[in-house]
Amino acid sequence: MELKRVVVTGLGAITPLGNSIDELWNNLVNGVSGAAPITRFDTTNFKTKFACEVKNYNSNDYFDRKEARKLDMFAQFALIASEQAVQDSGIDTESIDHDQVGVIWGAGIGGIQTFTEEIKGFVNNDGNPRFNPFFIPKMIGDIAAGHISMKYGFRGPNYNTVSACASSTNAIGDAYNLIRLGKAKVFVTGGSEAAICEAGMGGFNSMQALSTRNDDPTTASRPFDKDRDGFVMGEGGAALILEEYEHAVARGAKIYCEVIGSGMTADAHHLTAPHPEGLGAKNVMLMALKDNDTKAEDIDYINVHGTATPRGDIAETLAIKEVFGEHAYKLNISSTKSMTGHLLGAAGAIESIACIMAIKEGIVPPTINHFTDDPEIDPKLNMTYHKAEKREVKAALSNTFGFGGHNASVIFKAI
Amino acid sequence: MSDIASRVKAIIVDKLGVDETEVTPEASFTNDLGADSLDTVELIMEFEKEFNIAIPDDQAENIGTVGDAISYIEENAK
Repeated sequence: MELKRVVVTGLGAITPLGNSIDELWNNLVNGVSGAAPITRFDTTNFKTKFACEVKNYNSNDYFDRKEARKLDMFAQFALIASEQAVQDSGIDTESIDHDQVGVIWGAGIGGIQTFTEEIKGFVNNDGNPRFNPFFIPKMIGDIAAGHISMKYGFRGPNYNTVSACASSTNAIGDAYNLIRLGKAKVFVTGGSEAAICEAGMGGFNSMQALSTRNDDPTTASRPFDKDRDGFVMGEGGAALILEEYEHAVARGAKIYCEVIGSGMTADAHHLTAPHPEGLGAKNVMLMALKDNDTKAEDIDYINVHGTATPRGDIAETLAIKEVFGEHAYKLNISSTKSMTGHLLGAAGAIESIACIMAIKEGIVPPTINHFTDDPEIDPKLNMTYHKAEKREVKAALSNTFGFGGHNASVIFKAI
Repeated sequence: MSDIASRVKAIIVDKLGVDETEVTPEASFTNDLGADSLDTVELIMEFEKEFNIAIPDDQAENIGTVGDAISYIEENAK
């Protein structure tokens, strides 16, 4: 069986750097930080008091009150981002063959705020289990994919991928592979997360995963800097429409780029620490390159996982050097998490959008907040520090890695 | 309108997102006010909380309209 070609025909996003693709992209190119003091809860007793929130978010701007009550914020972000992407793609949601449209969403955590509120309610009442009937269907991680399908009537393959911070890259990879295999013509894919809450911040704080630079939130996310002290929590949603190439051409769709590779591997090493030499990271990039026999030299830009945790950043650069050899020094590399913060399960989707826009616009977004070189990071690698760089990007690769040792990569190529 | 009736109606308006004028005694939660089975369970739980009563499942099954809810609560609320 001949595998189908897969292209990107729609994008959408609600993020700490703006609630549309244009706003997000402008801020990425201009090196804007989305970090600020947390507004969602009282952080007095918390080690980290800032995050990259979606600014001035009000669910009533997007949903009627009854609808909003049944949607955890992670599912709200999913519906908002995917609506933008569906609109952008120009697919006719009425006349399209609904059996040929699937939804594969990525959320690593799901409705953690809903979970927290319901448990608080239980603990504080008389011991009777008066859980809200919407508790479970609001909280479960797969529900965003379900809501998107119900909104449009899309009856193709439908599920959520869970691989912590690699979740939405796995979602995009699965959508790509299922189109290649002919399981559906179109997929709504991407990811969303909304974990800027007491349990989310407190939990990641306890793991010592988060930056505690409370005196200077906007420079706290410092990937590859010697003084990096952990990631900055982000939230939001990002959506892509993936479509079989012939299907897109037949309906005269605007095509952003082609998807030409996906990889998924495990470190099999430690709960939270990366493999010290980046073995799983190396293997996942190689797997993605192999899909279409892409040569390492064909890649111009890597949007790295680069969360600004001490060990993760080193392991990833070692892996890049192993995979790309001398070409590693000709790449532009950047961590847009320096600006967006870390959107956890949605990271792969927002960073795929950064890759796709870099291809479309010929601009590589920067790694901001670089102050001091780390002797353990090869200084000859071009991390695109401080400012965006103009460059023709023919192909771009996005890496994401998740707690549990999950690695996922995806490659986009100009068409 | 009794105090109980107005409190019941307020809960229904809030949870089902319907207009107050729709919440007539004859109105059925599922047929007229757009509630699904989970919405109905949530309404019953809200009534229990608001009026500090326990509505057994076999009784809850018989509460299908606004009027049913008001009469049940009027009879059972302390």
